[in-house]
This record gives sequence, structure tokens and C-alpha cells, in this order.
Amino acid sequence: MTRYFTDEHEWIDVDGGQATVGITDYAQGQLGDIVFVELPAIGAAVTKGGEAAVVESVKAASDVYAPVSGTVTAANDALGDDPSLVNSAPEGEGWFFKLTLADAGELEGLMDAAAYQAFVASL
Amino acid sequence: MRYLPLTQGDRAEMLARIGATSIDDLFIDVPADARRDGPIAGLPPHASEMAVERHLTKLARQNLVAGEVPFFLGAGAYRHHVPASVDHLIQRGEFLTAYTPYQPEIAQGTLQMLFEFQTQVARLFGCDVANASMYDGSTACWEAISMARRVTKKARAVISNGLHPHYVSVATTMARFTGDQLVTATPDLAAEADSARVIAEIDSQTSCVVVQYPDILGRIPDLRPIAEAAHAQGALLIAVVTEPVALGLIRSPGELGADIVVGEGQSLGVGLQFGGPYLGLFACKEKFVRQMPGRLCGETVDADGKRGFVLTLSTREQHIRREKATSNICTNSGLCALAFNIHLTLLGGSGLEKLARLNHGRALAAAARLAQVPGVRLVNASFFNEFTIELPKEARPVVRALAERDVLGGVSLGRLYPGAEALGNGLVVAVTETASEDDIETFAVALQEVLA
Amino acid sequence: MSAINQSGWRPEMGPAEMGQAGHDAGATFTGNRALMLEEPLLFEIGRPDASGVDLPETVLMENRLGGMMRAAQVDLPGLSEPETVRHYTRLSRQNYAIDLGLFPLGSCTMKHNPRLNEKMARLPGFADIHPLQPVQSVQGALGLIHELAEWLKTLTGMAAVAMSPKAGAHGELCGLLAIRAAHDAAGSDRSVILVPESAHGTNPATAAFCGYKVENIPATAEGRVDLAALVSRLGPDVAGVMITNPNTCGLFERDMKKISDAVHAAGGYVYCDGANFNAIVGRVRPGDLGIDAMHINLHKTFSTPHGGGGPGSGPVVLSAALAPYAPLPFVERHGDRYELVEEETAGEHHAGTFGRMVAFHGQMGMFTRALTYILSHGADGLRQVAEDAVLNANYLLRSLDDVLVAPFGATGPCMHEALFSDDNFAEGFSTLDLAKGLIDEGYHPMTVYFPLVVHGAMLMEPTETESKAALDQFIGAIRSLAVRAKAGDPLLKSAPHFAPRRRLDETQAARKPVLIWQPPLVAEAAE
Repeated sequence: MTRYFTDEHEWIDVDGGQATVGITDYAQGQLGDIVFVELPAIGAAVTKGGEAAVVESVKAASDVYAPVSGTVTAANDALGDDPSLVNSAPEGEGWFFKLTLADAGELEGLMDAAAYQAFVASL
Repeated sequence: MRYLPLTQGDRAEMLARIGATSIDDLFIDVPADARRDGPIAGLPPHASEMAVERHLTKLARQNLVAGEVPFFLGAGAYRHHVPASVDHLIQRGEFLTAYTPYQPEIAQGTLQMLFEFQTQVARLFGCDVANASMYDGSTACWEAISMARRVTKKARAVISNGLHPHYVSVATTMARFTGDQLVTATPDLAAEADSARVIAEIDSQTSCVVVQYPDILGRIPDLRPIAEAAHAQGALLIAVVTEPVALGLIRSPGELGADIVVGEGQSLGVGLQFGGPYLGLFACKEKFVRQMPGRLCGETVDADGKRGFVLTLSTREQHIRREKATSNICTNSGLCALAFNIHLTLLGGSGLEKLARLNHGRALAAAARLAQVPGVRLVNASFFNEFTIELPKEARPVVRALAERDVLGGVSLGRLYPGAEALGNGLVVAVTETASEDDIETFAVALQEVLA
Repeated sequence: MSAINQSGWRPEMGPAEMGQAGHDAGATFTGNRALMLEEPLLFEIGRPDASGVDLPETVLMENRLGGMMRAAQVDLPGLSEPETVRHYTRLSRQNYAIDLGLFPLGSCTMKHNPRLNEKMARLPGFADIHPLQPVQSVQGALGLIHELAEWLKTLTGMAAVAMSPKAGAHGELCGLLAIRAAHDAAGSDRSVILVPESAHGTNPATAAFCGYKVENIPATAEGRVDLAALVSRLGPDVAGVMITNPNTCGLFERDMKKISDAVHAAGGYVYCDGANFNAIVGRVRPGDLGIDAMHINLHKTFSTPHGGGGPGSGPVVLSAALAPYAPLPFVERHGDRYELVEEETAGEHHAGTFGRMVAFHGQMGMFTRALTYILSHGADGLRQVAEDAVLNANYLLRSLDDVLVAPFGATGPCMHEALFSDDNFAEGFSTLDLAKGLIDEGYHPMTVYFPLVVHGAMLMEPTETESKAALDQFIGAIRSLAVRAKAGDPLLKSAPHFAPRRRLDETQAARKPVLIWQPPLVAEAAE
């Protein structure tokens, strides 16, 4: 399994043709206390760079973009009851949705962990 | 000038502190050709309290005051007695001259009142949640149609022909720009509402069905079969209540299956005011709360653990979502919500029921009496405090002739539906607790004379 | 613990003793602190059979309710009149208000609300007339609307005014719909509205509601619209621009006329957000700046009360180019008679109208108040209003720019409001802390974190109805707080300490929204 990062602060774990998407620890820190997450419907088609989810803190709402194109296969229902999971475990239990990759080639150009660390340090 | 505290001495001292030689120095960013050197021409100078009062009083006297004559107008605005304490309390400066409660530590009065108001509206409408008010019933109705589009991702709204024509006009104005399709129809002088037509129009592309309860002619449709038909096609039922006092006696729309209930709250606490400001009411099922427009007040605790209230779920709103907001509104109708809240508190559930019974009783008596006037026919099978009669001639001139005799005798359908000839003889008559038995008799006698 | 009885004491418990919780020198049996009174919710003190209104019992021998009669009364608690008066009087005392003190909320214009306005709005000839009365019976009301409309047109130098919009944002909608209708009539399908980044959030929201795509225009280092950037973006797809002038940084857009000319040359229209008209009323006519549509918040410039969040009123003045598209209804004068132009008569005189925005005629109660205010001031007084508002704001700016950072202070005078940032505060301290400290000093905070273009923005609008003494005390309070914020005073971080409530937990409110009251057992079961 490989983890990639986007410059919009999403992470994506890829395992064969399947992937899991969430937002990074840095992103949750910037947003503050998360109060609500709007997730895509199962079966929805998302396109790379397109809006896939919305994450809300008390004073801000931010779009979460799909790191790659694909079809949504699962959404993390646990976030409905407890959106604070995004704060406490952003890169684990606080995942957003899973998808089937449409084109593995789109992973090219995403960052690996080291590159993302360097990117965040530059902000 | 009585509202301006600065003296010439103050002004000079302040300009010196700023480092300006004259007030004109502070307006240097205005292009020279747009600066006005003196007061704008053609407008009078300042005036004393006494002079202003004299002028306004003169204008006020040129109007026929509802409370001074037999009065039977409704059609979306109802005259009810408002207890004296309501107007006293809303004029307390801490309510009247406060701002939207963005700083909750020093706005608990307004916030607690809004929380109480939301609870009252939700209970009255039979819904899970309600917002902190909208501009008026007509705009709340459009916001509900718009919300149904967001919830269902469909954009075809089936509108009952009993929906207030102004409400239909407002929705039509907006739909022209948003692309919503509105399926509308003009009412006819039928005893029953158009439930059968509405149900037949619902299809798989329908986002919502909008039904007024009681409707513009005063008829009371059974919402249950409409709700069932709408839900079967994945559409929402929006019920519109323009006379909330009716709900003291008839079942709530939420209980009958409505998903969103909106209304005009002017009947309680607000008064007629020639059409505004009024009070938009908005309630819905809990599962739709994040698609709801308008301000919401919620309960929480402070740093000491004490209960308190804040504006919440504000990420739906324009100041955060900007072009993705659920609505562009920021002001609600706070002071009118307070008046509604106080009036309903003074009534309580028992008082509201008594008031509603009194209204229905007076309306029954008036309907019976007017139906005795030769040539007059009662249209409605059902009604609460408002019904439609058919006259033997066009109603609009009759209304004007009645006004000449100092009787304000209802709203002609010709005024509401210009050009709809089949409705021209229709007259909508509202009878609240403010209409005495004498008023009803005076109206009936005057109507008979005018028709003769 | 309910607010009705902080101690938890009940009559069957015998002599009152302080509960264990919260027993300190400041604890009281009631939870009250002298004049600071706790007040329970209506639902905790009301009873279903209590009422403050005497109504007769009506026995209905029959009903015509179509089978819809309800089985039981609505579950709503009531109170007697004395309880009602006390409940709301106590609640009112937990609010800050203009009547209590300076209310420096930038862009919101919290000025004194004259009480003559209230008295006039309550004359039965205005307050107790129905919107659908025959026109012959409401000539005075139509006359009043017409008189106010004439004032607004003359003060702004514009051709027409739409009176019906219910508030500022509704006025924006009116203006944008007029622009859209004008383009539609010309067969043009322009799809973009340009909005400066410093705009009120309502601007992009409104444009989106009218079906437009919104594009941001950057600001210059001087806090104004970047004219060159705007001009370079103009083109056949741009329907118009929305500009606030004076802008949300409290500055006059010096290039306004050039902006208008460029937009017009490119076939677009200029919408002006008139929220800040109070800074220039009587001194500048927006019509002279090439504006096509502008809403006027009667509750800002013309002193109608804010009422804890409305009702507002937002008439929209229109240029000759947009006037044909104005919404219904409106009032026309024919000799000594006034007519109401509605759907029926629009066809003959006003075929281009984009339609109706509200039931009835707009905020009559606010028209009465605004006209009362306008007549009280007259043309000379309104000019003085703008001058004193601008003078007071510049006095604040120059009395504070040595202790706070004024991002545009060096570019010249401000208009009616002074803008500062939190750039010189200690690490970990921000605008919010100064704002909450201001509450303890007995003031309502200024507008915070708006406009977005300034870090930790603090926007202070004193208005013209503050005396020099009131300003001097406020300046003293801000200077003291600025020193504390720069020094990193931890007590400021936990302010307010003396308000009816300390900082409230907004995260909890948003995560698990409790929007209506539930009886305790129901609420517990829902946990």
C-alpha cells in the first residue's frame, strides 16, 4: 500500500485499484475543531481535482477535492456521529471515503510523505 | 441638531488632533466633480419634533384605519388584538437597539428569546426544528422551494392553485433566474381545494409540492394524501400557513406529513402595518437542517459550564460560504420574532385554542349571515376564519363602494387575480376576534345595499 | 442543572443550605448576582393552562374545519401578564444595546435610534391599515412611500427607486435581478459578476443566487479595487461588478467613476453595495459616480432600529438604464392622487419589470421611521451626519494608530470607520481576545475578522451620534487593551469575566445542534 499527498492537503492510500482518502494532520490543525463532514454518495463519480466532500469547522467550510478520478465505494459513516475523529485521527479512523481508481496514471504528480513534509514546511 | 452630540468646539478640537484644517480634508478621496459644496438642492432643511409630527400625523389621517371601521380583510395579513405588554416589551432599548447576536456573552437576551421562538414555531407547525425567522411568508415560501431543490436534486415544483398569488409571483420571479420549473394554476370558485390536481401533477422529476393550509380562498385541504403521493415520488411536501392562529384549532401540517412548513407570523404580535415588516416562519424535519436557510440559535455551555445560547451552523450562511451559501439573506426579522414570541407566551396553548375557537365561531356566524344577502353564495366547504363568497356582480367595485361607506369588506379576487374573469365576482372575507357581531351585521346590511 | 434554581433546592428539602457546587464567596442561592439575574426558559416556568390574555369560551355547536380539527391543544406553555413582563424584562437586561453605550460595529452603523421614529410608526393611520385595502383608503400611506422615494432619489441622484426589498441583501438581489433582466432584454447572456475580495459575503452569495458566476478582483496595497486588474478582466462575458463604496476597509474608492465608465464601455452594469452610504449622504450623490443600482439600508443610514437582527429595509435606487426593470409594486403620483402599480397595471406602463419580490409593498413600518428621521435632519442635517460620522472615525484612527496597526492609515483619511489589524499583538493573542476584553470594559466589540483582506481585522465605526467624551473613554479602553494584548496578559485570553456568560462553546453547539427545547427526560433519552 502506498500513501500519496496533494497540495490541497488530502492524503490517498492506494492498494491495487482501491484507494482511501482523507485530509492530513496539517489540514485538520489549520481548520480547528471539525463539527461536520459532508461525504459523497456511494456510487458517485468523482474527478481529479473536483469537489468530493465538505469539511466544516465552527467558522469555516472547506471543500475536499478528489486526489484522483474514480467511483466512490464507501463513505466513513462514523464521521456523522463523531466528526472529531478528523481532529483526533485524521490519517487513520478519520478517513473520508474509499474509491475505485479510474486511471492509476493520475497518481503521478502526487507527493510522497517526504515531499509533502517539505511542502508543508515551506508554507 | 438634536441627534448630533458634537459641538463646534468639539469639532475644531478633533480636527486639530487629526491634523486636518477642515472637514473637507477628510473627503479628499472623493473626486472633485462629485463633491457637493452645500446641502443638496431641492430638499428642505432640518425640522423640530413638533413639525415632523404634524406632517406625519397629517399623512396618517388620510388613511382609513382598520380598527375604526367594520373590517374583514385577510388574504395573507390578519388583524388580531395584540396585548399592550407586547408593544411595551419590544420597545425596551436592550431589544430594540441591539444588533444580531454575534457576541453571545452580551446577547443572551436575544438568543434565549430566539431559542424559545424556534421551539414555539416547531411545536405550532408540528416539525422537529425551526429557524430564527425570515423576511416574510412569501420569501420563506420561495426559500423552501429552493431548499427542496437542494435536498432532492430535482427542480420541478408543483404549486397548489390555493397558494397566495403574491407568493406564487415571488417564486416565479426567482425561478426565472434559477431555472426551477413551477407548475402553477389559477384557482376556481370550487368548494374544495385542488388536491386531486396537485396529486395528478406529481411525477418522478418533482422536487416538491407546495400547498397552502388553509388556502387563499380559506379552504382547508387534507394534506395526508398529498404527502403520501409526494413521498412516493421522492418529492417533499411544503405546507404554507399564512394564518398561524388557525393551528390553534386544526391539526399541524407536520403531523399531516409535511416535510417543510413555512408561514407568515404577522398574525401574532406584529400587526397589519400596511404589509411590513412581517415575519417569515420556517420549520422542517431534523434530517434537512443543514440545508435550511436563515439564522439558527442553538444551546451550549460557557467556560463555567453554565447553559447559554449561540448562533450556530453558520457555515450554511453567506458570510462564510459566500457563493455557496444556502441563501443570501443575513437579516432576519428579529424584533417581529420577539413580538410573536411574547404574544404566543401570553396566549399559551390554552389561550391559542380559545382564540382560534372565537375566530371560527365569528366566521361561522358571518358566513351564515352573508349567505342570507340576496344573490350571495358561500363557496367553501371548509374554512377557519376566512372564506370566499360569490357575489352576483363584480366584487372589486363593490369593495370600493363599501369603503365609501366606511366598511372594509374583504379582498376581491379581482384584485388578487387581475384578468381572471371567472374569479371576478369572488370576495375573500376574513373574520377574526376583532370583528364584533355589530360589525358583521353592518357589513351584511351595507353589502345588501350596495348589491341592490 | 436548570437555570431556574442553581442550588437544586426544592421546598421539601427544608431550610435552604448552599449546595456543594460552586460554594464560594460569590455564590448565591438563586444563582443571581444582585442586578445580574438568571432567567429560566419559558418552557421551564410556563404552564399549558396559564394565560395572560382574557378570552371568552366559545362553544362550537358545529365546525366547518373539513375534518381537520385537532385532538388536543398545541403543547405551548403560557404565562400571566406579570410573569411575561418580568421574563422578557429580565432577558432584555442580558443584551448590550445602543441605548446602553457606544456600539462600534464596523459596517453595521449602530447609531442612535430616535424615539420620534417609533412614535410615528405607531400612529394607527400607518400601523393599523391593511396592505390590500382599496387604494382610495390608503392615500396617506402611499403618499408617505412616494415622499420617501423622492428623498432617496434626490439624495442619490438616481432616476428611480424600488421600495419593496426587505433588507440589504434583498436589495442586492433586487439590483442584480434588474441587471440580469436588462441583459436578458438585450438578448445578452453574460454570465460573470466581478466582486472585489474585500466584499461583504452577501455580494457573492447574491450573485450566485441570480445564476451568475462570481470572480474576485484583487485589491491594491492601498485597500482599494485594483482598477487595472478590473479593466483587464472586463469583456463580453461580464454582466457587471458589485462594489462597496465607501468600501469595507472604510475607504472611498477614488477610481469609482473610472470603474463605472470602464464597465459601461464594456457593456456591463455597476452595482454599488450601499451599506456605507451613511459616510457620504448629503455630500456625494452615487448617481454622479456612474452607479446603476445601489441598495440603501434604512437601518444603517436612516436610523431604523436593528431590533436584535431585523427587520431591516433595503430600497434600491436605479439608474435610468435599469429603471424599466424595477420590481412591482410601486407607487405613482397622478396629480393629487397616488396609484399603486401592481401586476394588473404593469402591462401598460412597465412591461419590463422583472416581477415581484415580496408579498405586499415592503417594510412600511421602516419607511415611516426613515422618513421621520430624514425630515428631522433635512438636507443640511444629513450632510452634517456624514461629516460627523467621518470626523468621529478619523478621530478614532488618529487616536489609536500609535498603539494598533492601521494597515491603510498612511494612505490618508478614512471615511466612517477605522480599520486595524492584530499584527502587533503578543504570540498567541489575536483580535478575538481584544474584542472579548472590550466586553468587560462595558462595550460591544467592533466588527472582527472582516474584511478578510486584513489579518485579524478590527473594524470600528463610532457613528455620528457619539459625543467626544464617549469617544475619549472608548479610546482609553482600547489603548489599555492594546497594551495588554501586546504584553500577553493571560486574563485577556479568558475574557470576558464580568458578562452574563463567559466564552461559549460554539464547537459543541455545532457538533450536536440543540435547536429547540426538549423536556429533560426526552433530552436525556436522546443523548
